[in-house]
Amino acid sequence: MTLLALVALPFVGAILVALLGERLAPSRFISLAAALAEAALAGVAIADMSGRIVPSLSWAPGGILGMVPLSLALDGLSAPLVALTALLAVVATLASWGIADRPRAHHALLLALEGAVMCVFLAADLVLFYVAWEAVLIPMYFLIGLWGHENRKHAATKFFLFTFVGSAFMLIGVLAAISGTGATVLSDVPRVLTPSTQRLVFWLMAAGMLVKLPAFPVHTWLPEAHVEAPTAGSIMLAGVLLKMGGYGLMRVAAPLCPAAFAEAAPILFALGAIGTVYGALAALAQTDLKRLVAYSSVAHMGFVLVALATGTAMGFAAAMLVMVSHGLVAGLAFFLVGSLADRTHTRHIAELRGLGGSVPRWSTLFVFTSLASLGLPALSGFPGELMSVLEAFKAFEWWSVAAVAGVLLAATYNLRAVRAVVYGEPVERWASLADVSVREMLAAAPLVLGIVVLGVWPGVVTAMTEPAVATIVQLVQGGVR
Amino acid sequence: MGALLVSIGLPLAITVVIVAGGARSVRVTRVFALAGPLAALAAGASLIASAHGGAAAPSWNGAWLAQGGAAAPVGFAGDALAALMLVIVGAVAACVVAFSWGYMAHEDGQPRYYAVLMLFVSAMSVLVLADNLVTLFIGWELVGACSYLLIGFWYRKPAATRAAIKAFMTTRVGDVAMLVGMAVLWRHAGTLSVREIVAALPRMEPGVITAAALLLFGGAAGKSAQFPLHIWLPDAMEGPTPVSALIHAATMVASGVFLVARTWPVFEASALARTVMLAIGVVTALYAAVVALAQTDIKKMLAYSTISQLGFMFAALGAGAWGAAMFHLTTHAAFKALLFLAAGSVIHGAGTQDMREMGGLAKAMPVTAACWTAGALALSGWWPLSGFFSKDAIVAAVGHVSSVASAALILTSALTALYVWRATALAFLGSRRSDQHAHESGIAMAAPLAVLAVLAVGLGWFGRPFFELLSAEEAHPAAATIALAVVAVAAGTAAAFAWWARGREAPESGVCGSAWDRVRAGFGVDAALQAVTVRPVLALARWLDDVADERIIDRLAEGSGKLAVAAGGALAKLQSGEADVYASFVAVGFVVLAAIVLWAGGR
Repeated sequence: MTLLALVALPFVGAILVALLGERLAPSRFISLAAALAEAALAGVAIADMSGRIVPSLSWAPGGILGMVPLSLALDGLSAPLVALTALLAVVATLASWGIADRPRAHHALLLALEGAVMCVFLAADLVLFYVAWEAVLIPMYFLIGLWGHENRKHAATKFFLFTFVGSAFMLIGVLAAISGTGATVLSDVPRVLTPSTQRLVFWLMAAGMLVKLPAFPVHTWLPEAHVEAPTAGSIMLAGVLLKMGGYGLMRVAAPLCPAAFAEAAPILFALGAIGTVYGALAALAQTDLKRLVAYSSVAHMGFVLVALATGTAMGFAAAMLVMVSHGLVAGLAFFLVGSLADRTHTRHIAELRGLGGSVPRWSTLFVFTSLASLGLPALSGFPGELMSVLEAFKAFEWWSVAAVAGVLLAATYNLRAVRAVVYGEPVERWASLADVSVREMLAAAPLVLGIVVLGVWPGVVTAMTEPAVATIVQLVQGGVR
Repeated sequence: MGALLVSIGLPLAITVVIVAGGARSVRVTRVFALAGPLAALAAGASLIASAHGGAAAPSWNGAWLAQGGAAAPVGFAGDALAALMLVIVGAVAACVVAFSWGYMAHEDGQPRYYAVLMLFVSAMSVLVLADNLVTLFIGWELVGACSYLLIGFWYRKPAATRAAIKAFMTTRVGDVAMLVGMAVLWRHAGTLSVREIVAALPRMEPGVITAAALLLFGGAAGKSAQFPLHIWLPDAMEGPTPVSALIHAATMVASGVFLVARTWPVFEASALARTVMLAIGVVTALYAAVVALAQTDIKKMLAYSTISQLGFMFAALGAGAWGAAMFHLTTHAAFKALLFLAAGSVIHGAGTQDMREMGGLAKAMPVTAACWTAGALALSGWWPLSGFFSKDAIVAAVGHVSSVASAALILTSALTALYVWRATALAFLGSRRSDQHAHESGIAMAAPLAVLAVLAVGLGWFGRPFFELLSAEEAHPAAATIALAVVAVAAGTAAAFAWWARGREAPESGVCGSAWDRVRAGFGVDAALQAVTVRPVLALARWLDDVADERIIDRLAEGSGKLAVAAGGALAKLQSGEADVYASFVAVGFVVLAAIVLWAGGR
């Protein structure tokens, strides 16, 4: 029942905010309470799961509900992402504290988004997974379309179209898989798809997941969506929504079509490696700070593909590490850029100069984020990217040098941004800029802490993923069970 | 175990306390900060004592991350090599912290300075105590980040921030090579533990070992500023001078040498890698000594000198004499830190870094002048100072392998004496060439100078116990080699004073000209490298952003989307931007979904 509560609580919160917001209390307080309760619940569920001999929880209703494909499960593969989602939802709520335009709707949508994403990560049924996957689109679409910046309509439509087209392919894949296996439950689907069906199903599903990730060359919706999205939208988009792609590949596509996944590995690797270099180079050329962070997401998510393509347990664990790390780092980066842009009303790198002197706390956090983003050891980016590269060399030998080039380039755009924005003589224009407030420090603190903990002790995630990953990797390496 | 904890943990704890604002008063912070290096020093000394007593090196291994049978652990081991490095780091860092009390007294941002300095000591301890390459790499990258933050300490100065990025990026080129080297070992040896790699060497193909060795050397060459990756070190002098002494002379830049010594069996198994190392080392030593001749900035002169001396160490490694390389690393740490701190004292007292504006400082700053002279004697290799012994050990070892290489090193020795004594004469002898009033530095700055001067003078006599401690083979130079080296140093020194005497009033007058400017700029290596790396990458990035991403990929994607929309006809209104259209769109989507759910559920 905890799992059902985990999915339902944000929706209940969203309804409460929509009905009672501003009447009983400002909607942001109700919203924050719901997000905190959800985070606490996620903590309880994960602690419960970790304590078990077989570390997984599941909930499958019987009786009349048993007719409906509605079952949930929490295991080592979903737990890190559930925790990440719960954490970022709190941060996003705090980041939208100052929203004055239709705050009720904004906060309700944010909670609904959290609930839908939770449902994606907890779904133990293919149909539920797909429904939740699609449901995520709706609140995100409105968040961008209604609270975004100048060009929001175009960005929101583009976001919708890209992911919707991708999902349409995925839908066909899901239907083909269901008709091929005759079952919709994810965990115990007999792996009886013929190789040619596998190939078809895999690529149909991968189409949706690669768009979401996003992988080169279907990434162009991302920068626009990020630039136009409100801060909370960007945090959730980069922090959690992109993870759905990697999670889908690991949880759904690979176990359903293990032979096809193994066969596709070189292509996935190539897309990932190109993404790491391409994203980094594009980030290097940006003049808009938020766009720069958006392209860095393309680069980081490239490592997820590189790691997954290795098909090893360590590779899958590395993919998970990169995803969680990117959730924390990109979440913090978008939070910082958003809170800065709220004050300066510009995100143009050339105009933002010498902030180190005028807003020292913000600058310290920004330097920290950049160092985390470039993969500095002892911060969260390092373990995942290191293992991606090491495992990629095992699988693809010298081709993996391409991904290593991404490691090198990651330093260029991050340090360039730091130099342009933080360093230099303080300028008159930003002399009276307000530094990070206590509320913002509170929002950033758990992310900073998470980045350090994950960097120093990545075992906290890999210990969780171990059994679940072992099962999937066995399938991938052994072909058909 | 205790030693490991103290040397890594205490400096780190100090960093955390300073960052958390626990030491608000600068006066408290800076005294407090002395505890970090002293902890490392004490830990190193106790490890040396136990290693000397024949005790097994204490070690500690912990899980870091593991999956499916593969594991990357963190591991530390306090063997003699690690202990030696800890002592060097602790001793030099302690001197540097004390020196900074005076040198940085009037600067803003001192908490940040000391916090990063302590983080550096902690990261350096991780690096030297590491038992496996992952742990070593963690320390390796962290010291690089501290170097970046400290070079850019004066973050309002464009030159400083440019130098900081350049340092980080250039060394990262090496780090990336090292990363690939680690990947090669991960694949072929199946482990990154140094001991297990050594055990796996007999099973590995020679080609693989050579690739791994060369790639690891790439990392070392970046960190230790070997040609052509040396370009960042002269620029790094934009950082505060005590930082230059600690990070960019004594410890971090020498960690490349340490890396090779730590993974020595890999290099022992590859003759090609050793040859490459010897060649690069000799070329770097000679090249940097020539460029040092033309410098007018006292710190840049010392920076090129450091590059040159590191070249000596790599030449020793290439000749198979890792013990001699470590010996020179040790003496160099003492005398180069001394020279840098003395230069800092000069800059502090005379208010300029330009040697052409100095002159006659010996009278105004006698203590500094005496200490500098001790450092110069040691660097140029005059008997009986430390540099004489360690440099001769290298020349002798290289002589066993290649006479051309050892001849080049002897020539470099002569050039070394030439540049350092000419600088000494320019700064301290003659009369003042600018009208600024110079003054001697206070006791906080003089005391560390004196400590380092004692070390620079005396360390050379401890060669025998040094080699015994490391259980490395000691090279015994032939009498002829010693004679040649002494003649070379004497000739260089004499030439320096002759040169100085000729252009006493207007130095540089004799050799002005575009050719000399080119030498000063390092023969244009830096500019050429920038032209073939940085600019193309930036151009590619811009092209990719303007053309590829927006005009090709995005248009294709959006175009195919539009095509689909147009073909759909019914969805053509999507572009109109009406909210109710979107809403109905979403509603239709939900109806479709509900249908699927029911269909699937009914099966």
